[in-house]
Amino acid sequence: MLRTRSTASSSSGSSGARVASPRRPLSSRRRREVRDAYLFLAPGFLLFALTILYPIVRAFQISLFHWAIVPGAASAFVGLANYAHALHDPVFWRALGNTGFYMAITVPTQMALGLAAAVLLDARMPARGLYRTLYYLPVVTSWVVVSLVFRYLFITDGGLVNWVLHDNLHLISYDVNWLGARWTAMIVLGILGTWKGIGWSMVIFLAALQGVPRVLHEAAAVDGARAWARFRAVSLPAIRPVVAFVTVILVIGGFNVFISVFLVTNGGPFDQTQVLLTYMYREAFSFLDFGYGSAISFILTLIVFALALVQLRLFRRPAGSA
Amino acid sequence: MVVGNHRRRRALLGVRMLLLTAGVVVMLVPFVYMLATSFKPNTMVLEIPLQFFPRHPTAANYVQAWTSNQFGRFFLNSLIVAVATTTAAVLLSAMMAFAFARFRFPGRGLLFGLVLIALMVPTMMMLIPQFLLARHLLLLNSLWGLIVFYTGGNLALNTFLLRSFFQDIPVELEEAMVVDGASSWTRFWRLILPLSRPGLATAGIFTFLASWDEFTWALTIINDPGKYTLPIAIALFQGQHATSWGLVFAASAIAIAPVLILFAIFQRQFVAGIASGAVKA
Repeated sequence: MLRTRSTASSSSGSSGARVASPRRPLSSRRRREVRDAYLFLAPGFLLFALTILYPIVRAFQISLFHWAIVPGAASAFVGLANYAHALHDPVFWRALGNTGFYMAITVPTQMALGLAAAVLLDARMPARGLYRTLYYLPVVTSWVVVSLVFRYLFITDGGLVNWVLHDNLHLISYDVNWLGARWTAMIVLGILGTWKGIGWSMVIFLAALQGVPRVLHEAAAVDGARAWARFRAVSLPAIRPVVAFVTVILVIGGFNVFISVFLVTNGGPFDQTQVLLTYMYREAFSFLDFGYGSAISFILTLIVFALALVQLRLFRRPAGSA
Repeated sequence: MVVGNHRRRRALLGVRMLLLTAGVVVMLVPFVYMLATSFKPNTMVLEIPLQFFPRHPTAANYVQAWTSNQFGRFFLNSLIVAVATTTAAVLLSAMMAFAFARFRFPGRGLLFGLVLIALMVPTMMMLIPQFLLARHLLLLNSLWGLIVFYTGGNLALNTFLLRSFFQDIPVELEEAMVVDGASSWTRFWRLILPLSRPGLATAGIFTFLASWDEFTWALTIINDPGKYTLPIAIALFQGQHATSWGLVFAASAIAIAPVLILFAIFQRQFVAGIASGAVKA
């Protein structure tokens, strides 16, 4: 009724010829429906177009200019020069490498640990809701707060981590300057990202596992399959689309890492821990090179889209699921 | 199922709970340590040997954070921005979602496609053009600049979420109202919205959280300390008082308290929101 069945004329808008056509005139009811739809859509969509769609298009345009910061001043069109600059900029490459490294350690750990927690929680047991809540706590806590907490935990002299590893467990023979070198700092950032994200993937995996029909498990158990075999043969194939979804989202999230790096190391020491977005932010808002900043963020967007497409294709190939 | 392995089951449950508890400890240590630090007198914060819990706990950091640093002001700014954003974003996205879910009109596929594309584009990519736009609209350094862009930024996800909620409402109910001569607005306001309370709650909570915690945009457009929201106030505060960790964490605890309270109350909506978005997709 509301989604009218008149198909042929429905897409013709207000064209007078169509209305007059003998086949099927636009009823006043249909016209009112279209008008109402636009009225409901207009306020939100106009704001959306202004604050989101227009900036997306504009970002590419800005990246083609040597952007003049002063309002009204003319900016010089430089074509792809900002992109060429990136290709010859060692800090850009290091930031790209760090971003990739961060993604490479946070995605598998969040997947594996989130799935493990979900499997453990997918059973009748006491305090299940409480466990789930506590795992989820870091997810709802602001990035700013957890970043500052981790910075404090990994302080060289008097930080909790060195205190535990050095003074208590004697696993290390000196206080490590975690945030003072590239790879140790990136590992700290990876631990932070994993710790904050496990609860998210766990909730999604848990919901998916609960959707797996019990009958399948029982049938497999009757056939003598042990827990691990049942997990591989029954649960894993059933939640495959969800695994794909979580992977795609985590990869995108990993490439978008910003606040934690900004607040924990701010790209330092000496640009050793820059990631693409901290580097972009500094180029744009400290050095006011908007053209170069836009080029960096546009490259990031292209990488994210390419990765998402590749993954969706990879996950789609084996038939049978979804 | 298989009988006679009752004992084995109990042992398995024990292992399960042991592993989960170990995980929970890891999840909680940073929080507990943050709270413990916030109750330490400032001179003791980086003392060696380290004490996990304060020997002489004091609320001085909380008093100082709240009184001497305009924290009430920042808290109020955050609240104004988050409430205004949530109200505007949920209302506007519900209207858009209603149009997408219940009407046929030229351009529907295209416009909805644009909404979906916006969900995939990294928000940071828009930062520079949004900054230039906000400057052009004289929205720099004002809470309006936060509200307008937070609202715009939350529309796509909420529209997507609410559209699927609205589609699950049986059309027959609306048809009855149409027969009675009800306008589209009446149907939206009297039928769709009341029937979608769980969906609206989920959308509202996520929008509130997103704007309460937002950091980057606020950092970029706000300079005047009177306009700070909590996230940038805390981050900049830590920058200025590099060693006053007790004070920083007292402020942080104040900032995350409302979120944790909301989370405790609306846990079901949280989990349902996360899970449904994924499992349905």
